[in-house]
Amino acid sequence: MVKLDLLAILVPALPLLGALFIGFGRRKLKGNSAGMLGTALVLGAFICSLILFLGRDGQTHIVHVFDWIKVGTMDIPFAFQIDALSLWMMLIVTGIGSLIHLYSIGYMHDDPRVATFFAQLNLFTFSMLLLVMGANFLITFIGWEGVGLCSYLLIGFWYTTPEFNYAGRKAFVMNRIGDVGMVLAMTLMFYTFGTLNYVDIMDQAGSFAPSNPLIITATLLLFLGATGKSAQLPLLTWLPDAMAGPTPVSALIHAATMVTAGIFLVVRSSVLFELAPYTQDVILWIGVATALFGATVGLFQNDIKKVLAYSTVSQLGYMFAALGVGAYSAGMFHVTTHAFFKALLFLAAGSVIHALGGEQDIRKMGGLKKTTKTTYITFLIATLAIAGIPPLSGFFSKDGILASTFQDSPFAYGILVFAAMLTAFYMFRVLFLTFFGSYRGTAHPHESPKVMTVPLMVLAVLSAIGGALNIPHIFGGHEWLKVDLGTAVEGVLGEHMALSASTEWMLMALSTALVLLTIWYTWTLFGKKTTLDGEPADMPFLKRLIAKRWMLDELYAVLFEKPFGWLSRNLFGIGETKVAVPLTVGSGKAAHGVAEWLRKMQTGNTSFYLFGMMLGVVVFLLITLFTA
Amino acid sequence: MQYLFFLLAAISVITALVVVAAKSPINSVIALVLCFLSIAGHYILLNAQFLAMVHVIVYTGAILVLMLFVIMLLNMNTIVEVRKPVITRILAVVTGGLLFLVLLAATKQGLSVDVPTGFDPGVGLVKRIGMSLFQDFLLPFEVSSVLFLSAMVGAMMLAKKDGTENVNLPPSSEPDLRQAGPNDSAA
Amino acid sequence: MENVMTAIRVVPLEHYLILSFLLFSIGMVGALVRRNIIIVIMCLELMLNSVNLLLVAFSAYHSDPGGQVMVFFIMLVAAAEVTVGLSILVLMKRNTDGVDMNILNRLKW
Repeated sequence: MVKLDLLAILVPALPLLGALFIGFGRRKLKGNSAGMLGTALVLGAFICSLILFLGRDGQTHIVHVFDWIKVGTMDIPFAFQIDALSLWMMLIVTGIGSLIHLYSIGYMHDDPRVATFFAQLNLFTFSMLLLVMGANFLITFIGWEGVGLCSYLLIGFWYTTPEFNYAGRKAFVMNRIGDVGMVLAMTLMFYTFGTLNYVDIMDQAGSFAPSNPLIITATLLLFLGATGKSAQLPLLTWLPDAMAGPTPVSALIHAATMVTAGIFLVVRSSVLFELAPYTQDVILWIGVATALFGATVGLFQNDIKKVLAYSTVSQLGYMFAALGVGAYSAGMFHVTTHAFFKALLFLAAGSVIHALGGEQDIRKMGGLKKTTKTTYITFLIATLAIAGIPPLSGFFSKDGILASTFQDSPFAYGILVFAAMLTAFYMFRVLFLTFFGSYRGTAHPHESPKVMTVPLMVLAVLSAIGGALNIPHIFGGHEWLKVDLGTAVEGVLGEHMALSASTEWMLMALSTALVLLTIWYTWTLFGKKTTLDGEPADMPFLKRLIAKRWMLDELYAVLFEKPFGWLSRNLFGIGETKVAVPLTVGSGKAAHGVAEWLRKMQTGNTSFYLFGMMLGVVVFLLITLFTA
Repeated sequence: MQYLFFLLAAISVITALVVVAAKSPINSVIALVLCFLSIAGHYILLNAQFLAMVHVIVYTGAILVLMLFVIMLLNMNTIVEVRKPVITRILAVVTGGLLFLVLLAATKQGLSVDVPTGFDPGVGLVKRIGMSLFQDFLLPFEVSSVLFLSAMVGAMMLAKKDGTENVNLPPSSEPDLRQAGPNDSAA
Repeated sequence: MENVMTAIRVVPLEHYLILSFLLFSIGMVGALVRRNIIIVIMCLELMLNSVNLLLVAFSAYHSDPGGQVMVFFIMLVAAAEVTVGLSILVLMKRNTDGVDMNILNRLKW
């Protein structure tokens, strides 16, 4: 037990130590030392997590670090919850985190602020670990805010470019809207249950009837927080802009870990969500809509990272759709496989960008198959995985979600399959335009150094075989991940697959066939192209709309920015200049005037003071005289 | 016996007035000595023998002699005191009178001065005061020695002649240190 | 002894009250009208003594030695106060060549 406590504290402590050490010593750490140190510490955290994981016993352990807030009946300890769910997330965060740290050593090696970068990356890892390990909502919230902060810092890492700063600010503000929901949800939960500990809340929740309005409100608010962090409609526009940050950041924060925090939160509170069918419907349809939205917008993007960003949005939509139908293990499974192949995609894209000296436009790439062979092969594996080609990991996780959705709502299933086809289309478009045909740019492509390609290869292997974690019964598997998570997440136990084996086979065959068809179609469009014409000017209306991201940013501008701007201008014009300033300045002037007048009483003459004192005594005595 | 009280009271008030009104500080001190002696007489009338003795020794014997000493030492008789304006003085007298009246009225109305009928004649004797002082008030008594010590040290520190003359003069007569500074460092 | 005791019986407590108030007011007026610091200190002593007188009177009439112990402590404090006050006076005389209260008007800062 002591060993478990120590390891559980070490896991978040090591990255924190790294963040502090590198952060304060950033001027002293020369060359690669900051990167080495940061990577080593995260790797240490990974090893600790692995030891904990291998020694798990299916129980929920609470590691009490110290009493934090203890006021009256409010008792919020600083404690970690170690169970299958948090262990699984810890493995993902530290495992993929250490690979990406390693990759960053190569990617950031000529940046002058490389030490700062690693300090912030370590701080992010620490916050994310707090988020997944916290034993109550408040600890999770600290991590929640911490990752938001690090996301902001890292998006605006190259702060000399104003657009990057705007992107960071946008991410921060969007996240904040979600955080309001989270804070309100916590308040409501404390009001309802009198505690914020996950274990206690889940215990007490059993005594509530389904569709209790308090529970529905709390879950909806939690989901609002999740939409902010996980880039779901309507709070998703920050994620594509967040690609302004360095590519490893996009891989770690905006693909593999932070954006899955919302899914983690829902899974962690699965008992509550099971009690609120209404919220589950909302989650399902928002997830489906986001999946479709991301997939459609991804079709016409020309920035390689933007395509991947919209792909992330779309895949997160899949995960939420799974949560919406109560398939928590399928959602978590997709979180895992998505972490593998999306991190890989981003890192490979980073490798391409690195090779081309910063070029991100796929129209200026092409033919890189020969020059960057490792990157090409790993990117191909990731693309096949995200498209859902068997037997790669994406196939199993996506089909798990599709099958669960079909059981609940065939319509949602239809949309998700359509989105899967779109996914295949835009991913292969990127693949063909980048690596096939002939080179259309001007730089001299070169393969990235080993420190960058080794993480790519590891992730490629994981993307390929990751599906083995949760092989469904019809393939002779035992759904290992589902069984494991079932020990920690009550919602998983309630899952049941009522589809017959033949239906499942049919669904899988259908989606695979459709995806393969799409890939062939994409090949005919882009596969052989040696040159790429500019966008035709007379695009049909729908295409133009999609290319402009469904005008979502413009819609927000009209709906929120303009009225808010109008309000602010008027508040400044009338409220500030005509009311507030005269009031504050006036009161200050009045006080100054009175003081100027009263100041004359301070003559410094002792007799005068004595006189005043005596008059005071007389007055007080008179008062006692007349009131006695 | 009433007459003795009135006699002493008259001496007290008249000498007190002289203290305030006398032009020369020497006269003031002499009047104050008389005043304090008459107050000691009141103490004896009230059978507070111990306090009467201490009062004569401490006040007339020590404090007032010290004052006289200071006045003579500083040669204060030669200083002509600038009088305050007449209006101030009238106002002061009026206010003082007001204070007296208000105090009187407050006592008459607000406070009850009921007096027990039985007297304990031994209250002011040395024995009783001593018992009270060393049983009930031992701690304040000991602490007062600290007060005296600090007063002693303070008085010596204040009156000691140390090179810093003229600290209380108006700013114009102070040497301008800011101008002297750079020259010193240059030299 | 007997004579003294009759004095207490004959003279009412109010007389001592009035006498004490009178002395206090005179001291107060003195502190107000005079500019010579030593006179002001003397007036303060006078006021302290008027309070002492009141305390002793109450003590005697109530047969409570506590009041007289209080007077004892007031005397202690007065002695200390006069010591420090007079040394300030000496210092002031040395520095300003005068004992006028109005010179010390820089307390306002």
